[in-house]
Amino acid sequence: MDDCIIRFDHFSFQYNAQAEPTLHDICLTIRKGEKVLIAGPSGCGKSSLAHCINGLIPFSYHGEMQGSVTVCGKETRELGLFEISRHVGTVLQDSDGQFIGLTVAEDIAFALENDCVGNEEMHERVRKTAGLVSVESHLHHAPNELSGGQKQRVALAGIMVNDVDLLLFDEPLANLDPATGKYAMELIDEIHQQTGAAVVIIEHRLEDALHRDVDRIVLMAEGRILADCAPDELLCSNLLEKNGIREPLYLTALKFAGVRLTPEMNPHSLRTLTLTEADKERVRTWQRGQKNEAGTVRPPLLTADAITFTYPNGFTAVKDLTVSIREGELTAIVGTNGAGKTSFSKVICGFERQQKGTLRFADESLDTLSIKERADKIGYVMQNPNQMISKTMIFDEVALGLRTRGVAEGEIKPRVEDTLKVCGLWPFRSWPVSALSYGQKKRVTIASILVLEPKLIILDEPTAGQDYRHYTEIMQFLEQLKKRGITVLMITHDMHLMLEYAERALVFHDGRLIADDSSAAILTNPEIVKTANLKETSLYDLALLCSIEDGQAFVQRFIDCERGRRAE
Amino acid sequence: MNGIFNYIDRESPIHRLTGATKLVCLLLWSFAAMMTYDTRLLAVLPVISIVLFIVSKIRLRDVRFMLGFTLVFMVLNNVLVFLFAPQHGVSLYGTKHVLFSLGGNYVVTKEQLFYHLNLVLKYLATIPIVLLFVCTTQPSEFAASLNRIGVSYSIAYSVSLALRYIPDIQREFHEISQAQQARGIEMSKKQSLVKRLKSAGAILIPLILSSMDRIEVISNAMLLRGFGKNKKRTWYMGRPFRKWDILAMMLCALLLAASVWLNARNGGRFWNPFLA
Repeated sequence: MDDCIIRFDHFSFQYNAQAEPTLHDICLTIRKGEKVLIAGPSGCGKSSLAHCINGLIPFSYHGEMQGSVTVCGKETRELGLFEISRHVGTVLQDSDGQFIGLTVAEDIAFALENDCVGNEEMHERVRKTAGLVSVESHLHHAPNELSGGQKQRVALAGIMVNDVDLLLFDEPLANLDPATGKYAMELIDEIHQQTGAAVVIIEHRLEDALHRDVDRIVLMAEGRILADCAPDELLCSNLLEKNGIREPLYLTALKFAGVRLTPEMNPHSLRTLTLTEADKERVRTWQRGQKNEAGTVRPPLLTADAITFTYPNGFTAVKDLTVSIREGELTAIVGTNGAGKTSFSKVICGFERQQKGTLRFADESLDTLSIKERADKIGYVMQNPNQMISKTMIFDEVALGLRTRGVAEGEIKPRVEDTLKVCGLWPFRSWPVSALSYGQKKRVTIASILVLEPKLIILDEPTAGQDYRHYTEIMQFLEQLKKRGITVLMITHDMHLMLEYAERALVFHDGRLIADDSSAAILTNPEIVKTANLKETSLYDLALLCSIEDGQAFVQRFIDCERGRRAE
Repeated sequence: MNGIFNYIDRESPIHRLTGATKLVCLLLWSFAAMMTYDTRLLAVLPVISIVLFIVSKIRLRDVRFMLGFTLVFMVLNNVLVFLFAPQHGVSLYGTKHVLFSLGGNYVVTKEQLFYHLNLVLKYLATIPIVLLFVCTTQPSEFAASLNRIGVSYSIAYSVSLALRYIPDIQREFHEISQAQQARGIEMSKKQSLVKRLKSAGAILIPLILSSMDRIEVISNAMLLRGFGKNKKRTWYMGRPFRKWDILAMMLCALLLAASVWLNARNGGRFWNPFLA
């Protein structure tokens, strides 16, 4: 019993504001030094479970608790939030939002300040902890000046300064580019081995989270624990797919090829996966199965010619960029934060004006058009729907753009209603916006742009913060739009998204376009992957493992297969 | 980048003073300047301010926005005083030296001009020093110093957080307003006032909602790291007073004493050169 850090025993929890319990009959034990991944779709209760571990439930979010949850042998409700925080350190999802201190050093010191640690000791301990995660050379920088990977290190240092027994990570991958996400998982692993603290990771992106080994995966759905077992066992069951969690892509490919997975094959990682020669042959046979026909090249809709854009502060975000977006295609823009993706889309929309170069839309120059005039052709959907929604009722929100354009009320009604139907929001037409989920709000913002009938729609991270089920819903919706002839341009960090849905990907790096090719070609090109902080798809590694020479063709085969399956 | 409340990191003796020292000095200085209309003292203070600006290596263009803003305000203030009380100086100083007449009640007197001079000096004595304080004090040190002079640390911290988030919120406001403009919401002066107010709502509501999200995240982050655990807390940026700190505070206390002494000697807040 000694080594048991967290123990849930027939634990249930119901928020005060909710009619139903969020967590049902949870039994879960986390022991010293263990590394556990908690996975589950949105709304499955995994965040609430995390709040029960770090004490935000019941001390910050109130509700009714039944059963018992203990931290180091003591009931949390008797301990108090501050006592719990001595044992449990939490890294929140939003690594930017959680920085409190103005500089790295102050942020690391925050917990010590609250403990009234004296000035000299505090400086000493901050230096030591910063050394542990190698940020000692950045102590006097503001946290938001750092790169994504360094931010993760600082966030970790801020909780490690107190020598906790358990490190809790709430969706650590949510806002990171693929390479940084990979790096974050390596960092967590490194710290886990160095400190011997238990680690709990809450994450629904299974493949990325399994980049480093974990001891167990706890699968949750609808407030219950469905499975609590070794990764290999879970990956060979069909529980993941049934509960809207995406299995690693290489496993999907193996299933397509008719390989039967067993825990003995160590499928949790490609490094450990053992395939028999017969299995490899199956994969090779599958790949030869079908040839895809080359698509027709469509005419360009938007053409950017030698665009250069510099912000007033002197930062040149877009450098001599020439590219064209073809009509009716779904194109992805990828690259690190600060590579110029968002700046370029702002230039397209006219929010910012380029200093050099020209923009053409079909046969017309965009350069002289105002924001509003461009908006009739090009719609822009921001990443966070809360930044766009200003009306309380869904109908009014969608009608807003038409009303400001002085469209007659008689014409507004049918147009809004049509759009609501297209977006699957018809059943909610008389609901207040506040009653919708995040994903539904996202659709409302897309609807409010779509109603203006743009030919091109630009989406900034359309699937950020969505689990696999909602993600699939949004993307299928975008595919439908595409079928209606709307051109879609999306900015994304999500490699799966790009691979499966985008016909074409533009890779930005340091304000320039460094690649313009099919997603399969880009994600199998190690050089581009490395420069642009992308992540090679595991399919490519699987191809190597099966001695398939043409990795790109293999990936393409997989994409075609996936699309075929979706179309059914 | 162009925030209003910006700490500017430069190496100078003023920057080296602790935040608490600067706050105490600012308070003493402001009291000294506000208590009296003694022109001699009011004339010295702006001169010292200029010297302090040079010492602190803060350049005019670093603060030109706020300086311009207050100058406009100062001019407006003077014009209004003259419009509504053109004889205020006469009633204050008890004599009347007419220079010329603008017709009606608007007679320009030496007393009135002198009063305006004092008004201008008052602005010049207080505003630059406030700007200097803002530019040379880190927000976190500001919180530490508020706490040091007796303000409870949770209030001190929320003030500093608020100051820190101003640039973020400005940026977000800009982004939201761009996206809303694309939907046809115009904030330009071409629109009527009612329309512009409505448009402002379309930007402010999302801004408030997303700020609420931000507040929830940060307050959870703070709670989880023990904020509010004890009655007191220490500050990483807190520094002990050094001799320069003590000296600076003594000098500012001297200013306040001078101000009090002058008021006593003048038998009121006004120094009257017209009686001589």
